[in-house]
Amino acid sequence: MPRRRRRPKLAVWKFASCDGCQLTLLDCEDELLLMSELFEIAYFLEASSAVVRGPYDLSLVEGSITTPEEVERIHAIRRQSRILVAMGACATAGGIQALRNFVDVEDMKRVVYASPEYVRTLEHSLPASAYVPVDYELPGCPPNKAQVLEFLTAFLQGRRPSIPTHSVCLDCKRQGIVCVMVAEGIPCLGPVTRTGCGALCPRYRRGCYGCFGPMESPNTESLSAWFLIRSGLAPQQLVPLYRSFNAAAPAFVEASQRYADPKSVQKAAESLGTHAFDQREPADGEP
Amino acid sequence: MASHEHQRTIRISALARVEGEGALFIRVRDGQPMDVRLQIYEPPRFFEALLRGRPHTDAPDITARICGICPVAYQMSACNALENLFGITIPQEIRQLRLLLYYAEWIQSHTLHVVMLHAPDFLGVDNVVQMAQTNRDLVQRALQLKKAGNQLLALIGGREIHPVNVRVGGFYSVPRPAELRKLRDPLQRGLETALALARWVARFPFPDFEPKYEFVALRHPTEYAILDGHVVSSYGVDLPVSRFEELVVEHQVPHSTALHYEIAGRGSYLTGPLARFNLNFSQLSPLAQEVARETGHVPPLQNPFRSIVVRCLEIIHALEQSLALIERYEPPARPWVDYEVRSGIGFGASEAPRGLLYHRYEVGADGSIRDARIVPPTAQNQKRIEDDLRLLAPSVIQLPKDRATRFCEHVIRNYDPCISCATHFLRLDIVDGDQ
Repeated sequence: MPRRRRRPKLAVWKFASCDGCQLTLLDCEDELLLMSELFEIAYFLEASSAVVRGPYDLSLVEGSITTPEEVERIHAIRRQSRILVAMGACATAGGIQALRNFVDVEDMKRVVYASPEYVRTLEHSLPASAYVPVDYELPGCPPNKAQVLEFLTAFLQGRRPSIPTHSVCLDCKRQGIVCVMVAEGIPCLGPVTRTGCGALCPRYRRGCYGCFGPMESPNTESLSAWFLIRSGLAPQQLVPLYRSFNAAAPAFVEASQRYADPKSVQKAAESLGTHAFDQREPADGEP
Repeated sequence: MASHEHQRTIRISALARVEGEGALFIRVRDGQPMDVRLQIYEPPRFFEALLRGRPHTDAPDITARICGICPVAYQMSACNALENLFGITIPQEIRQLRLLLYYAEWIQSHTLHVVMLHAPDFLGVDNVVQMAQTNRDLVQRALQLKKAGNQLLALIGGREIHPVNVRVGGFYSVPRPAELRKLRDPLQRGLETALALARWVARFPFPDFEPKYEFVALRHPTEYAILDGHVVSSYGVDLPVSRFEELVVEHQVPHSTALHYEIAGRGSYLTGPLARFNLNFSQLSPLAQEVARETGHVPPLQNPFRSIVVRCLEIIHALEQSLALIERYEPPARPWVDYEVRSGIGFGASEAPRGLLYHRYEVGADGSIRDARIVPPTAQNQKRIEDDLRLLAPSVIQLPKDRATRFCEHVIRNYDPCISCATHFLRLDIVDGDQ
């Protein structure tokens, strides 16, 4: 392989999140020092005080967009980034904090803060793609370390990353894991959830809770029928199942709406409709 | 600026090598600190609010997402609170497996902080990669130590970050003894690395700084408290966890999205490794105590810069305890215990790597959460960090800008602050003037 003349500049950015996605990078104990040789770590505040100015070749974005300042910041980062990657469930699907998309956020402020007026926040928690064009998305809460490394390797080699999009359900079949839903009636989101975890929850004898978000074209309607009939869930019990760590993923929003109260359905519909980035003029330097 | 020679301001607009986002603002006039504000601008995520109406069984998984670095702490405090409410007694075998999972989190989190976030301050470098240029062997061994903690965490919990295997009443499934025994070698090598790390950091140059702290931690009758216990302080407090909220006063300040905590009538307090060490030293493992004495670190230890040594001692403790637990591990007859849901209020706390983590839940008869209260360690330490900076401000302000900035960040990192938790943290540039 021809040697690159210059190491690509890597930046890691944090929005509303738990730091877990960045920690996935720091958890690459065997690869970390090599990674620092292949990339110029230009901006990674959790790991380094040294900051190199943009533009950046690759920006990894953790967290969802929840405040007016964050909206400005994601646009500024987009302008400085050749490739922008949304990493993890918050950056790709709003995160657990997107549960606010179904209720009045002012009510939430009052629950947590004695003086809610000090707290500035947006009505919705949304993925980066709601505001700027995103070049690639790495799903998961947290993302899978092997998938992150595969993406970085593919980036260095200038090829398309090979990251599968089939369901968790298929992984169980491949690994020969006894189906928790068929065998024990445990509600499992595996049939509609994207692979990446290695069918972790069923391996540990619990139902998948959808932390990698929806697979391509999930048949949630059929799965919901199974939950009602085979697992004996009441319709309202399906709502929190679909509304968790990928609460703003359209397929899960839609699936939850069938069983939710009308008020939350209307609020969620607004969050899906009003923030599509194509309604906005592209910023300078955006593809 | 020239018009205000007697006044200087330090502003760090985004702190590095901490978990989460925050800033620091210090203003000194005539050598006296006028204003010290640790500004936490981490966006609020409203966990207490979004838990309302969720099944109580969601609490361990959802609260784990408050922090990617210490998810087990959240899971354990949540389980403790709910098990307290439902009157669940956790069998010894399950409890020991929880201890093992929690020690694994201490090992990975403490090693991350000691080697990757805090040690660079003492060596005057920006990050662990620069540190590896002069200390490559130790850095590589430390990464393997961190990895050993993560392997243990992943075996019991399913994965390192946001483990999936914890539930109210126990676990979903439990490891086989042979799987755990495979980890003895990496943990044993990790113990040797931890000893080397402790001896290395103990020789760092430590500034003279010994404020009078009130230490707060859990205490357990027979263990160096981690999983549970009662609340004690160096001022003689001794309370059950259910009365924790009587001890501390919570208040909100305009400059922070994290709530502040004080002890009623006395002010700021310190929770975390230094507090545990001073309050519970005699319960540390034999090897941890031996290295503590050998390196001259025994209670009372009041210098917050030396917390890096205490973290290493706690890693030694966690490794020694883990190896002993693995040796005598017997899988529980069942991974979890069944329970009856009842309405009411439950209280739980545990010792997160960064300190005491308190949860309270009110649950309805249908098993759903009506109300939740979560008090993370960094929020409790926030006022204490400001007080440390206030004490140090007059001398810090004499330093050149670059050194002042680094020093302030170092003071903050003594607390291993997790800003993601506290909002539930930080950047530093210094400006002269009166802005």
